[in-house]
Amino acid sequence: MLIKRILFCIIFILFSYNIFAQTGTPVNGAVDNYERITAFTNCTLVKDPQTKIVNAVLIIQKGKITAVGSSIKIPAGAKVIDLQGKWIYPSFIDVWSDYGVPKVQNKTNNPGPQFLSSKKGAWYWNEAIHPEISANQLFSINPEESKYLRDIGFGMVASHQQNGIARGTGFFATLGDDSDQKQIVNLNSGNYFSFNKGNSTQDYPSSLMGAIALLRQFQYDAKWYKMAKPTEVNLSLEAYNLSSILPHFFEAEDVQDVLRVDKLGDEFGIQYIIKGNGDDYQFVQEVKNSNASLILPLNFPDAYDVEDPLDARLISLSEMKHWEMAPFNPAILYKNGIEFSLTLSGMKKRDKFWPNLRKAIENGLPEEYALKALTTNPAKFLKSETQCGTLDIGKLANFIITDGNVFKEGTAILENWVLGKQNSIIDWQTIDYTGKYTINFQDSVYKITITGKPWQPKAELQPKSKGELKIALKNGFINYQLLLKNGKSYSGTSYKTGNDITLISNDSLGKSVTILAKYLGKADVKEDSIKKKIESVVPKFSMPWQYDTNSIKEFIITNCTVWTCDKQGKMENAEVIVSNGKIQRLYNNKTFLGRNIYKIDGTGMHLTPGIIDEHSHIAISKGVNEGTQSITSEVRIEDVINAKDVNIYRQLAGGVTTSHLLHGSANAIGGQTALIKLKYGEAPEKLKFQTDHRFIKFALGENVKQSNWGDYQTVRFPQTRMGVEQVFYDGFSRAKAYGELKKTPGYRIDLELEALLEILNSKRFITCHSYVQSEINMLMHVADTFGFKVNTFTHILEGYKVADKMKKHGVAASTFSDWWGYKYEVADAIPYNAGIMNKAGVLTGINSDDPEMGRRLNQEAAKTIKYSDVSEIDALNMVTINPAKMLHIDNRVGSIAEGKGADLVLWDGNPLSNYSKPVTTWVEGKIYFDRNEDLKKRAEIAKERQRLIVAMRKAKKDGQNTQKAIRTLEAEYHCED
Amino acid sequence: MKKILIGILLFSTIAKAQVPTPSKLSVKPLLIKGATVHVGNGYVFKYADVMLRNGQIERIDTFFKDQDFTVYEIINTEGKHVYPGLIAPNTNIGLNEIDAIRSTRDYNEVGENNANIRSIIAYNTDSKITPTIRSNGILLAQLTPTGGSISGNSSIVQLDAWNWEDAAIKTDDALHLNWPRMHVQKGWWTEPGDIEKLQVDKEIKALDEIFSNAKTYCSSKPDILNLKLEAFKDIFSAKKKVFIHTDGAREMISAVQFMQRYGITPIIVGGDESFLIPKFLRENKIALVLIRTHNLPSLPEDDVDLPYKLPKILHDSGVLYCIADVGAWQQRNLPFQAGTAVAFGLTREQALMAITKNAAEILGIDKNYGTLEVGKSATLFISEGDILDMKTSKVTRAWIDGREINLDNSQKQLDKKFRSKYFGE
Repeated sequence: MLIKRILFCIIFILFSYNIFAQTGTPVNGAVDNYERITAFTNCTLVKDPQTKIVNAVLIIQKGKITAVGSSIKIPAGAKVIDLQGKWIYPSFIDVWSDYGVPKVQNKTNNPGPQFLSSKKGAWYWNEAIHPEISANQLFSINPEESKYLRDIGFGMVASHQQNGIARGTGFFATLGDDSDQKQIVNLNSGNYFSFNKGNSTQDYPSSLMGAIALLRQFQYDAKWYKMAKPTEVNLSLEAYNLSSILPHFFEAEDVQDVLRVDKLGDEFGIQYIIKGNGDDYQFVQEVKNSNASLILPLNFPDAYDVEDPLDARLISLSEMKHWEMAPFNPAILYKNGIEFSLTLSGMKKRDKFWPNLRKAIENGLPEEYALKALTTNPAKFLKSETQCGTLDIGKLANFIITDGNVFKEGTAILENWVLGKQNSIIDWQTIDYTGKYTINFQDSVYKITITGKPWQPKAELQPKSKGELKIALKNGFINYQLLLKNGKSYSGTSYKTGNDITLISNDSLGKSVTILAKYLGKADVKEDSIKKKIESVVPKFSMPWQYDTNSIKEFIITNCTVWTCDKQGKMENAEVIVSNGKIQRLYNNKTFLGRNIYKIDGTGMHLTPGIIDEHSHIAISKGVNEGTQSITSEVRIEDVINAKDVNIYRQLAGGVTTSHLLHGSANAIGGQTALIKLKYGEAPEKLKFQTDHRFIKFALGENVKQSNWGDYQTVRFPQTRMGVEQVFYDGFSRAKAYGELKKTPGYRIDLELEALLEILNSKRFITCHSYVQSEINMLMHVADTFGFKVNTFTHILEGYKVADKMKKHGVAASTFSDWWGYKYEVADAIPYNAGIMNKAGVLTGINSDDPEMGRRLNQEAAKTIKYSDVSEIDALNMVTINPAKMLHIDNRVGSIAEGKGADLVLWDGNPLSNYSKPVTTWVEGKIYFDRNEDLKKRAEIAKERQRLIVAMRKAKKDGQNTQKAIRTLEAEYHCED
Repeated sequence: MKKILIGILLFSTIAKAQVPTPSKLSVKPLLIKGATVHVGNGYVFKYADVMLRNGQIERIDTFFKDQDFTVYEIINTEGKHVYPGLIAPNTNIGLNEIDAIRSTRDYNEVGENNANIRSIIAYNTDSKITPTIRSNGILLAQLTPTGGSISGNSSIVQLDAWNWEDAAIKTDDALHLNWPRMHVQKGWWTEPGDIEKLQVDKEIKALDEIFSNAKTYCSSKPDILNLKLEAFKDIFSAKKKVFIHTDGAREMISAVQFMQRYGITPIIVGGDESFLIPKFLRENKIALVLIRTHNLPSLPEDDVDLPYKLPKILHDSGVLYCIADVGAWQQRNLPFQAGTAVAFGLTREQALMAITKNAAEILGIDKNYGTLEVGKSATLFISEGDILDMKTSKVTRAWIDGREINLDNSQKQLDKKFRSKYFGE
C-alpha cells in the first residue's frame, strides 16, 4: 500500500513536471530535470543599456528571468549566489553568424559555359538564388564554437548558411550545449542575401551589376508568382514568398555596396539590414540618408609594415588612412545616428573582438551604445526584443557575470548563463591567495607580495636581488617555483592555512621542506596608472585628390581664346562669365562689361568646353562585362559606379568632364550605360548626369562570337556574325511581344525585355561596338525592320566603308583615332576613318575606351588633322559637341554658349597641340582640377602619407601586429575585360 | 575589251594592296634645300641644306657657296623639316601581325631560358604594319622577343627590305631578360587576397645559376655544345648587350647589382619607377629604355602626369634614356610620346633626342644612325611640320641608307579608295 502510494506520488510528480517540460525525447533512466530557482544577489546589474541597478537581485527559473530589481524578496528554496563586486549584463547577440551550420563545399567547375542551374528540381533558374535553403534544418550544436563565443560574452546568434546571392533563411539560437532542440529560439530569423554567388558554378552572374540585376529580377518574379499564380511551379519563389515577411539581411563588401544594397531595397520597399565592412565613414552622409541599419564587424586593419620606403610606396593613402579611420568608424556612425549592431563575422582575427571594441570606445563610441550594439539592437533587428536583449522579466535567462564594467580593460567575463544554465568561464570562487607575506628561509627573510585577481595571482619576491618566485594557481593550490640567486631552486605546491600559506617542496636530496609564509596583510592595490583620457579627435576623411569645396559661385575668365564648339566658332580675346554653375555671358572683350567679380586671367590661354568621352570604362566596380549570356540588357552600369576611382581625377587632369560608362563588349546586347559628370569626391549617385534619354551597349563581331576566348568557349550562341543578327531579331521580336503582353494584367516584369522595349519605343538608345562593314550594315537593317534608329556606332573602325549608309540611317560614329592590328576584324582599320566619316556628313566623335587615352582625347582628335586634314574646329568638336549630340545632352554641355553648364577647360596653349595641357578644369562652375591646386594637393598627400608612415612605424615599434605592404590592384577596364 | 580593262584594273588594285617594293639607291646625289634640320643631338639648323651621296650624309650647312650642284637632284624643302630616321626599340614589328591571332604571333617562345632564341630569322619584311609606321618617320627598329625569364636575342633592322638578311643592320644586338618581380599585386573581386610572390629569391638564384654556368662555359672549352650557354659568349666579351625588362626601383637595383657581379652593365627597359633612383642610375651608368610614357601613373597617389614627366626627370638627372613603346602598330605614335614630354618640360630638340640620338646610343648603332651628321647613314625624312605634334606631323619623303623609300601603305590606299567613292577625289 505504502509502495503504491509512493509510486503514485512519483508518477504524479513525473506527470506534473512533464506538463512544463515536454520534450518528447525518450529518457534513458529516471528523468533528472529539476528546474531550480536561482537568485543572484548583491550585484551591479546592467538591465539594459540605459539602466544600471546597484545591489541588485536577479531571479531566474526555467530558463527565464522571473524577477529583477534592487529590493526583491528571494523565494524560498532558491539557490542564492552572492555576486558581491560582480556585474551582470545581458549576454551578447550576433546577428551575422554561421554557427552550427555546415559550410558548403566548392563544386568542381567544368570547362566551358554553364548556362543553367545544376540543381535538379523545380527550383529557380539560377543556382545562386536558393531562398529555399532553411538553415534551421542544417543546425546542430558545435560545442567548440559555442564555447568560444560564450567565453567572449555571446549568448545568442542568428545563423545562416553563408553561400550564394539569395541564401535562404536563418534561425536564431542560444549558445547552450545541452540539446539541439532547445537551442533554436526562432526557427526563421530572416532572409539573407549577398552579391557573391558562392559555390554556384553557373556562369551568370559574373559581375556585380549582374548580381544586382538578378536580385531585382528575382524580386519581381516573387511578386508576380504570388499575384499571378502561374501554372508553373517554382519552389524557390514559393519558399521566398512564405518567408518574405521576415527581416532582410544583406552582406555588403564595402560602403559603396552598402549604398547599392539600400537602393536595391528601395525599389521593392525592403529595408535591408546591411552587414558592412567598416569603411562607412567614407560616405557617412549617404549611409545616414539611406536609413539602413548596419551590422559591423570590428575589423580594424593592422598597421602596414612600412619600414622600407619602397614598401610604403605600394600602400595607397586610402589604405593607410583606413588603418587610422577604421577604429573611429563605430563612433562616426554613432554620432551620425546610424543604428548598428556588432558582429564577429568578417573579422580577420576574432580574438581582436575585445581589444577592438575597447579601442572603438576609446575613440568615441559610448559604452551604452556599445552594449546596445551587442544586445538590444541585434534583438531589434531580429524582431526578438520580447525574448532577449535586456534583463527584463519574462525574457530568456541569458546573461554574463563579470568582475566589473565589462568595457574596461582588464575586466573578466566569469560566467555566461544560457537559458538559465551556468557556463563557467573562470573559476572565480577559488581560494584567494592575494596578500603580503613573509618567509624566513635558510636564514634569510623574504617578503612575498601576491597580487592580481584571485584566479590569476602573480607573485613578487623581495628583495629582488635574492631571486624570484613564479606561481600558478591550480585547483585551489598554488604551484610555485622559487629561484634563488645562489643557484638553489625549489619548486612544489602550497596551500592556505588560515591566512598563511604553507609551501611544501623537496630539496635536492629529496628531503621534504616546508616553509611557512606568514600573512602580513592585504597587498597594496597598485592603482593602474590612470590612463589620461585623451579625447580622441576623429580624423577627417576625404578622397586623396578631392579639393575643398570652392565657394566662388561667380567668376569671369578674361582675355582668352574661346573655342565655343558652337555657332561663334573660335573667338579671340573673349571673356566668359560663369555664374552658379552655368555660362552666363560670352562676349568679345571689346564690349567689356566691367563687372566686379572674381577674375581669372586667361591671357595667352585657350578655353574649351569640357571634353566628353563617349566610350569609357572608368569608375566601375567589380566587373565591366556581364558576358555570360548573349543578351544581358537587364544589367546596369549605373548600379556599380565607383566614385572612388582615381581615374576620375586623372581624366579631369586631361580636360574630361563627362564620361559615358559603357558595359563591355562580351555579348551582343550588353548592359545599360551610365553617364557621369566627373565630380571627383562626390558619392556615386551624385556623379550621375541626370537625363531622360538612357543608353545601352550593343556589340558585334569577334568579342560577341567569342572568337578569341579560347577553345572551351565555343558553345554559346552565336559563334558567327550570321548568328549575331539572329540574336537581335530574337531579342526585339520577344520585346515586341512583351510590349503587347504588358497591356494585359498579371504579366511578369522582365527586366531584360523592358530595356529592349525601351529601345523599340525610342526611350533608350543604342551605342554599338562594331568593326566591319557587314555587321554595321546589318544592325542598321535590324533597326529599320523594327522601326528605330541605331544611335551610335562605337569603335566603328570600318565606318568609312559604309559612311554613306550611316549618313542615310542617321547614326553617329564614335571611333578611335588610329587603333588597329589587335585582331582580325581591325585589319582594315585606318586612321583616316574619322576624317572620311566626318566629311561624309556622319556625326563623328573620338573616344577612348581606355583610362589613359581618355586623358589625351584632345591629342587623339588632333590626329584627324594629321591624317585627314580635318579643320581644327571640326577636330575639337569630335571630343566636345559631337559626343554631346550623340548622348542627347548637347542642349546642356558640349559647347560654350550662354545658359549651358559651365563644364570648361582652360589650356595653356592650342587645345589640339601635343604641347598643351589643361590648367584648370571646371565642372558646373566648380574647380575639380587645377595645376596649382594639384601641386598643393601633392604636397598635402605626401605630408599625410608621411604622418601615417611615422604612426605605423611607431605602432610596429610598440609591438602592434603589422601586415605586409603589398600593393592592391586597381581594376582597369576596357571593352574586352 | 571591257573584260581586259576590268582585268587590268583588278590587277592594278591587287598590285597596289601589296607592301611597297623596297627601293634602290639613287645614282644621283641629293640636295635637300632650305629645310629646318633637326640634327637629333639637340641642335637645329634653320634654312639648311643637306647633301646625300652614296647612302651617306655628305654635308650639312646653312648655305653652300662653293659647290657645283649640277649633278645633284634638288629637293626644295623651304618651310619644311628634316629629321633623322626615328628608332623604335623594343618592338615586335614583323614578328607580330595581328595580336589576337596566334598564327601571326612570333615573338614569345615557350620556356624560361631562351638565351639561344634569335628574333631576326622570324622577321617578316612584308608585314602590312611596317609601312604604316614608316610613314610616320620610324625607319629603324629593334626586334625584341618577349616571354620567359630570358626571352632571347633582339636584332636591329631598317624598315625597307626584301628579306631579313637585307633588313638587318645589327644582328643579335642584345639579350633580353625579364627581372623577377618582387611585388605582385593583390587581386580583387573574384580572387581577393594576398598573393605575394615568395619565389623571387628562388628565381634570382636560378638566374644566378645560369649566369655562373655561362661564365664558366664561356671561359673554358667545353666538350659538348650548349646552345643556351653559347649565347652568352658575346655578353661576357661585351659585344652583346643585356637588356633587363623591369619597372620597380627595387628590381632595377637588384638587377643592376646582379649584372655588375658578372661585369655587365645592363640596360633597363621599362623603368616606371626610375624617378625614385636617378642617382643610382647615373652613378652606375645605367641607360634606360622608357616604355610607353603615354601611360597611367602606377599608383593612385603618384603625380597624375608622372609618366609624361619621366623623360624630363631623367634628362635633368643626367641619366641616358630613350623612349619606346611595346607591340607593333603602336610604334607610329612614338614621336607623339616624345612630344608629350615637351608639354612637361623638355625642349623639342631634347625630346627628339629620346627617339633618335639616345636610342641609337643605347642600341649601339650611333656610329651610323640617330643623328644627321656628315659620314653617317642617309637615313632621314622630311615632314611638312613638327613631327612631335600630331597636329603638324606630315611625313612626305623618307630615305633609308640613301634609298628613298615608298611611303605608301595599305591604309592610305583604302583612304584613297573611299575618298574617290564618296568625294570623287
